[in-house]
Amino acid sequence: MADYVKMWKDLGMDLESHDMLCQVLPTAVGDVFLTQENRPKAMDFWDLVISEVHGIRPAELIEAQKAGRKVFGTFCVFVPDEIVIALNGIVTGLCGGSQFWVPGGEAVLPKNTCPLIKASVGARLGRTCPFFRIADVYVGETTCDGKKKAYEILGQDVPMIIMDVPQMKRPKDILKWKDEIAEFAAKAEAITGNTLTVENLKAAIRTVNEKRRAMQRVYDARKSLTLPISGRDALLMTQISFFDDPERCAQMCNRLADELEQRIRDGVSVAKPGDRRILITGTPLAVPNWKLHNIIETSGAVVVCEEMCTGTRYFENLVDDSGETLDDLFMALAERYMKNNCACFTPNPGRVEDIIRLAKAYRADGVIDCSLKFCGLYDIEKRTVAEALKAEGIPVLPLETDYEDSDAGQLRTRIEAFVEMLNG
Amino acid sequence: MSARFGIGIDIGSTCAKTVAVDQGGNVVWRDLRPTGWSSVDTAAAIRRDLPEEIADGARFVATGYGRVSVPFADRCVTEITCHAKGAAALFGLSDLNVIDIGGQDTKLIVVTLGAVSEFAMNDKCSAGTGRFLEVMANTLSVSPAGLCDMAGRGGETRISSLCTVFAESEVINLIGRGAPRENIAWGVVDSVAQKVKTQAGKLRLGPGPLCLTGGLCDFPFVRARLEAAFNRPVRTNPDARFAGALGAALYALK
Ligand code: SF4
Ligand code: SF4
Repeated sequence: MADYVKMWKDLGMDLESHDMLCQVLPTAVGDVFLTQENRPKAMDFWDLVISEVHGIRPAELIEAQKAGRKVFGTFCVFVPDEIVIALNGIVTGLCGGSQFWVPGGEAVLPKNTCPLIKASVGARLGRTCPFFRIADVYVGETTCDGKKKAYEILGQDVPMIIMDVPQMKRPKDILKWKDEIAEFAAKAEAITGNTLTVENLKAAIRTVNEKRRAMQRVYDARKSLTLPISGRDALLMTQISFFDDPERCAQMCNRLADELEQRIRDGVSVAKPGDRRILITGTPLAVPNWKLHNIIETSGAVVVCEEMCTGTRYFENLVDDSGETLDDLFMALAERYMKNNCACFTPNPGRVEDIIRLAKAYRADGVIDCSLKFCGLYDIEKRTVAEALKAEGIPVLPLETDYEDSDAGQLRTRIEAFVEMLNG
Repeated sequence: MSARFGIGIDIGSTCAKTVAVDQGGNVVWRDLRPTGWSSVDTAAAIRRDLPEEIADGARFVATGYGRVSVPFADRCVTEITCHAKGAAALFGLSDLNVIDIGGQDTKLIVVTLGAVSEFAMNDKCSAGTGRFLEVMANTLSVSPAGLCDMAGRGGETRISSLCTVFAESEVINLIGRGAPRENIAWGVVDSVAQKVKTQAGKLRLGPGPLCLTGGLCDFPFVRARLEAAFNRPVRTNPDARFAGALGAALYALK
């Protein structure tokens, strides 16, 4: 790893603890990614980024800050990146996906909080993640109860904007979200010192749409029975897209998609004959949470799609850029973002429809519905999901897990049994 | 050419079960021993004790949580799939619902037309497993078998905690208050049955009968409480603790 120690020190990080984190990550990357055979060459970009995940991109962000740009840290795919980008700001995802940060979160949160929240809070308070240090402002949202209350704790340590996400999807809720976006835009203008215009917002919408199209292209390649990329690699690409510059992200995803499309033409598949195709749905898989994909893909199956916020929910649906006023564009943004079918909505029939649609489009043999422990929203929704899938004749395996490795054996047994069941 | 004998080794958390079957699926040899500290050593000991005329040219399938610790196995198959197959053979049914109460985990398996159509396993928590019964038996200073015996003579007592640790303090409380041990035992067994029933709520049970396998199948009172909890007859079979190994042996024939 290049020498980033000075940068980390300047960020006020806890170097001793951070060293420990840096020691475990390369082993995990090696075990999960580098043991795979026949990977697409274009993955070299993401391998590099992940190998220096706390170095390369943080250094870029710091350079940008020196040039006066502001960094907005986000925790949810509801926060409209377009606004920040239009104002020459930078968005970075902040979700914590490692057990390493959980104890730090548990110091201030109840144990029965979902690990994603505990890890995110722990990463901030423990000062072991540069992204959490770099962000000038955090943008939270009123999605689940755990996050709402955790933001109050984070807000004591860092400037925080909270966006009020509606709980339903009636026309008036979409209008409310539009107002919320307009309000966020005003706050972001104050923070960046720049002014939102129809031109810069349209340009930002196009940039993000471009990134979405590129990611969709990679996912489209996964629909092929000649599977050109593993689920682990696709997941890594998606996870990193939350941190990367959107234009470079689009470029890299397109480069990967080019290779994947060629592989399909050449009949190059990463799946072994007889491997079962799995669609995963549920709570987000934040970096470096690769546990589920890794177990599935070493149990006679391959992951072909993620109906998750670290998956299709991040890039499906484009924003209409034809509006002529800021108000039009805010409405277009509101409409696009409100198409996200997070379990925090009630009722939420769209998610079930999405899962069934995606299971068919990606030719999945079965669905694994996995939620993080203590996530009531997704856990409760499992029953509805299972019933709908059964009615469609699509086998489903409900699972619950956290960031610890101690349940890996049990998960493996269930997943192998599910694969055996699919094999008949 | 298929093997002359199929041998299934089920390395559970408490006991290792081995079954050998001939071409016709008849059991020709079986063995039950504690798993002990090392699954690998146990597997090696089983291999040594297998009569050579059976082991020679046989195919081995390993199952159970220690399935990966059987280096001479030709294949590993999960305990879910093996239990389903073994239970279907034992009970002579192709549609059944298997309740397997194991040492560390409890499995519910819906078998339709001879194949697994749905299953559920308990989480990390040991409530509703053999382990729970063992912990409670220790607290009452009896063996698990003794506890189940005693329970049959007890009167209705409810233990409400689903967590083993809390249930244990509940039991200690009951002891402190002078509740008859038989009644406490009743509550312990009933709590296992209730937990299994809760777990089954996540599944759509099939039309076939409920069949109990695993280490607790010999205890009539466990079965009685399960019947009460499910409000359905529960079948069992003296060989039901070998269901996983039998299933594995049958897979080895294929
Ligand atoms: S799962 Fe819901 S709350 Fe979490 S990132 Fe997605 S939309 Fe936001
Ligand atoms: S996984 Fe569930 S509990 Fe955790 S942050 Fe997301 S919605 Fe909230």
